Amino acid sequence: MKFFRRFRRRTLFGRNSFSKSNASSGFFGSPSSRPRRSRRGTNFVTARDGMREEQFTRRAIMIGGFQALLFSSLAARLFYLSVIDSSRYSTLADVNRVGLKLLIPPRGRIFDRYGEKLAINRLNYRVMLVREQAGDVAATLDALSLLIEVTDSDRQRVLHEIENKRSFVPVMVRENLNWEEVSRVELNVPDLPGLTIDVGQLRHFPHTFAVGHILGYVGAVSESDQAALGGDDPLLELPDFRIGKNGVERYYDPQLRGTAGASRIEVNSVGRAVRELSRIEAVPGHDLQLNIDIGLQEYGNLLVGDQSASVVLMDVKSGGILTMISAPAFDPNVFSSGVSPQVWNELISNPKHPLTNKSTSGLYAPGSTFKIVTAMAGLENGAITESTEMACPGHYDLGDSRFHCWRRGGHGIVNLQRALKESCDVFFYETARRVGIDKLGETARKFGFGKAVGIDMPSERGGLVPTRNWKQANYGIQWMQGDSVTAGIGQSFLQVTPLQLAVMMARLVNGGKAVTPRLKRQLIPNQAKNGGASPNHIGKEMVGQYDALKSTKISEADKAGGQFADLGFDPNHVQAVMRGLIAATNEPNGTAYAARITDAGMEMGGKTGSAQVRRISKYERERGIRPQESIPWEQRDNALFVAFAPIDAPRYACSVVVEHGIHGSWAAPIARDLLRQAMLRDKLLAGLGHEQPTPNNDGDDANPKPVTPPVAAPAPAFSPPISAPNGNDAVE
Amino acid sequence: MSLVLSLISQPSQSLRHKLLLLPWGLVVIVTGLAAIGIAMLLSASGGNFDPWALKQIIRFAVGFALMITVAVTNIKFWLRTAWLIYGVGLFLLVAVKLQGSVEMGAQRWLDLGIMKLQPSELMKLGFVLVVARYVDSRGADFSGRLLSLVVPIFLLLLPISLIIIQPDLGTAVIFVIATFLLLFVAGLSWRIIGTLSAMVTVAAPFAWHFLHDYQKERILVFLDPSRDPLGTGYNIIQSKIALGSGGLTGKGYMLGTQSHLNFLPEKQTDFIFTMLGEEFGLLGGLALLLIYAVLFVYGFSIATRAASRFGRLVALGVTFFLFLNVFVNVAMVMGMIPAKGVPLPFVSYGGSSLVVMMIGIGLMMCVWVHKDVRLGPGGVE
Repeated sequence: MKFFRRFRRRTLFGRNSFSKSNASSGFFGSPSSRPRRSRRGTNFVTARDGMREEQFTRRAIMIGGFQALLFSSLAARLFYLSVIDSSRYSTLADVNRVGLKLLIPPRGRIFDRYGEKLAINRLNYRVMLVREQAGDVAATLDALSLLIEVTDSDRQRVLHEIENKRSFVPVMVRENLNWEEVSRVELNVPDLPGLTIDVGQLRHFPHTFAVGHILGYVGAVSESDQAALGGDDPLLELPDFRIGKNGVERYYDPQLRGTAGASRIEVNSVGRAVRELSRIEAVPGHDLQLNIDIGLQEYGNLLVGDQSASVVLMDVKSGGILTMISAPAFDPNVFSSGVSPQVWNELISNPKHPLTNKSTSGLYAPGSTFKIVTAMAGLENGAITESTEMACPGHYDLGDSRFHCWRRGGHGIVNLQRALKESCDVFFYETARRVGIDKLGETARKFGFGKAVGIDMPSERGGLVPTRNWKQANYGIQWMQGDSVTAGIGQSFLQVTPLQLAVMMARLVNGGKAVTPRLKRQLIPNQAKNGGASPNHIGKEMVGQYDALKSTKISEADKAGGQFADLGFDPNHVQAVMRGLIAATNEPNGTAYAARITDAGMEMGGKTGSAQVRRISKYERERGIRPQESIPWEQRDNALFVAFAPIDAPRYACSVVVEHGIHGSWAAPIARDLLRQAMLRDKLLAGLGHEQPTPNNDGDDANPKPVTPPVAAPAPAFSPPISAPNGNDAVE
Repeated sequence: MSLVLSLISQPSQSLRHKLLLLPWGLVVIVTGLAAIGIAMLLSASGGNFDPWALKQIIRFAVGFALMITVAVTNIKFWLRTAWLIYGVGLFLLVAVKLQGSVEMGAQRWLDLGIMKLQPSELMKLGFVLVVARYVDSRGADFSGRLLSLVVPIFLLLLPISLIIIQPDLGTAVIFVIATFLLLFVAGLSWRIIGTLSAMVTVAAPFAWHFLHDYQKERILVFLDPSRDPLGTGYNIIQSKIALGSGGLTGKGYMLGTQSHLNFLPEKQTDFIFTMLGEEFGLLGGLALLLIYAVLFVYGFSIATRAASRFGRLVALGVTFFLFLNVFVNVAMVMGMIPAKGVPLPFVSYGGSSLVVMMIGIGLMMCVWVHKDVRLGPGGVE
């Protein structure tokens, strides 16, 4: 205020010289005297003029004060923003500037029990196009199509994607280039602006069809996957990321997946990366070694041929699954790079259901293979003894109902051993009637029927062991004694999976231990690569993990499964049933005598079974049953066979189901050959002193650069597993 | 004719005298502000003189020469040519409407070949001169009569209606406020002020209807920034983030992330203060505001010392325009008032603004040099 007052005084002083009229009209001029007349006539200094000058100063000060106030508000606002609220805005500035790019970890690989590669990551060479570098996208694609094939659909997709992405985001033109195509493009890169070759990862299954049902396949994360997996892993959000969709790939997905790495990058306002601020490497997923013997698996596939069938071979003590075949199978590789609609339609319209794992999800009436359970139930509950004899006239009458034996003339007088050997229906009709459904069901559940046995694989089905309540609830009628009678030969609502049949066989011959089937042998952790290491370095580290594969002796791993709960069977009863099964395959007139193993020390025991998939009407029976070969394939009986070997010290249990294979004796040769092969391989290994074959590492592994191919595989919904309709009538 | 005669007849020794009289402090302030601006333009382009800094240096040199020339010119010359300058300004405003180039949705620039001229900037000076001259010519009987407002309001309406249709609402508002301030210091009676205020209050709702949609939107977004966080509000949000994250001392010269990663739009023009705040923090921002404050005090001091009414009004008019430009720009980048395309005087990149504002300072200096010259109405002593 003082400041302005001083000005004011001096201004008033200055007025003293006013009347001297020294104003000049010159351009750069100093005062000259060129008086002019005022246009308005007056130039007197009045009292008002002085007052006006004071008023001017007063008002200027008022405005100045007001402006000072406004300026203070600017300062205050600046203070508020940059001091009081600074931390909030600093955070926002970092949110703006720092982008987090996830680094996809290489997926853990899968090996068989001898270290053979079942699933690996392969290099996937892709041609990428960057619009801002390409300029004329269409012309660039034209130029590219002279070198490698670019289909119309590729072209449409690229042009569409280019529209929707920022100009610096690469768009994939072609993937899975072979080496020749890569070199052709690389050579011409100078003439192809905006095109680059990029290396991604592709899940590769070297054994193709043989492992499809066991390993499942990998694909893009679907919304339902995200919900099922909890969705807390940020990797699931990435469009390039692949997860296990079925089989072991799905079950062990959390272990195989690995942990995302992260690269903190500085991005500008349009999202372009400017520089990397820091980097945490991805941790590759665990490698997984399975109990599967891929050699045995492929041998089994040869045996099955093009039939619709399931074969399971497991270690009776450890529960390790050496072979699990579901035929026909699919090639999981077609899903890795995105399955084409034609292939997909073929797969889902095939009447043999190649996408269903019949071993764990196919439901069948167990037929005569269930007689093992009936026999054990009879012995355990005192309904029969090993020496109980019954007469078989070829049929069994209960009240008004007549149940037929498969042999029209009957078996005559039979005991337990002969009943198992020749698969006499009447003996088991009566046994089942004596035991009753409650006790029969209890024994069946001990053997693993009625609910999923808990193999390490998704979508295993439990089948059905009927109870009185179940029938009342589902059919609204009471359980009849006739239901129990037919249940004794494996019909009457019973539904089981081939895996359950193998488990039943194993639980019998291992002395009544509740063994659980296992695909996993061990998980081998991988190390994160150190900062700055080349991608090849990881490859070498992962090769080093083979030592871990070798170090575990097979015998030790197998013994590890010894601690299963005891089912409480009387060893004498177990022996009695096993004698019957051994007779069935090794004595003349045995139902599987033709399929016996003749090598000394490798003999097997087994039980045939067949289950009709349609009811035989009374009319048909009277007209004479048509030979199965003359009726359509899908109406023929299913052929079943369960077996174990060797007979003196059982090691392997095997179940074979051939859909519409007519009779169990058709399935038996498969089990015979497979069991024999398994034992031969053991002998071979014993001869080699448990030396395992060196895993072959021919360099087709992808160097685990944390990228996956961007092709989306459709998330296939599996068709419901087939379940064979069960008939009430016995046919054997 | 007499003008040419006087040009020839002036002895040159008085030119030296005038140069000695120049307020060199003002020259230092303006040069300092321009230097700050050039430094920020260097930062904006990542240390390159291209595309902004070098051009700005050349413009500053041109502006400097014009500033000194204007300062030593006899104040009577400006009194006499006031109407001419106003007329030229008006002509250019019409021309820009007819064939000006359209940039960022507004038709503000006239391409003169060597430079792009923004007539609305030039008009600020023409307007100050003509209002000062009119008030001066009205002499003693200005203050009390409502009628004496008719001419100034008419003088205001002509240019601002042309500016509004460009459209450039920000500059138009600055014109209106500057006019009011000028008439207020010229001695407008409180009675008339009251009447005017009442009229404006009544007219405001009608004016709303004549605003462009984008102008309405700007006002609405200002009232509620979340209305359009990625559209109109985006600039302001990013500007506030930049200023806030600068903190007390800033991120360092050329290290502002918001500006260098392009989150901050138009960082070299309207948002140059934000960039300064981000890189030099609160202290940098306050320092710049302080320099402006000194500049305005200079303006007031010159105005209050000038003997002639014309000189006082010219000095204050220029000060008002400078102040309003600074205030609107800084308040805008801090989200205090709606977004407007108003540059920061001497600092923002832009030829018209820099050169015209320097000519304005030249006028201010001219008033100082001729502070003891008494001018009668119409330029007669």
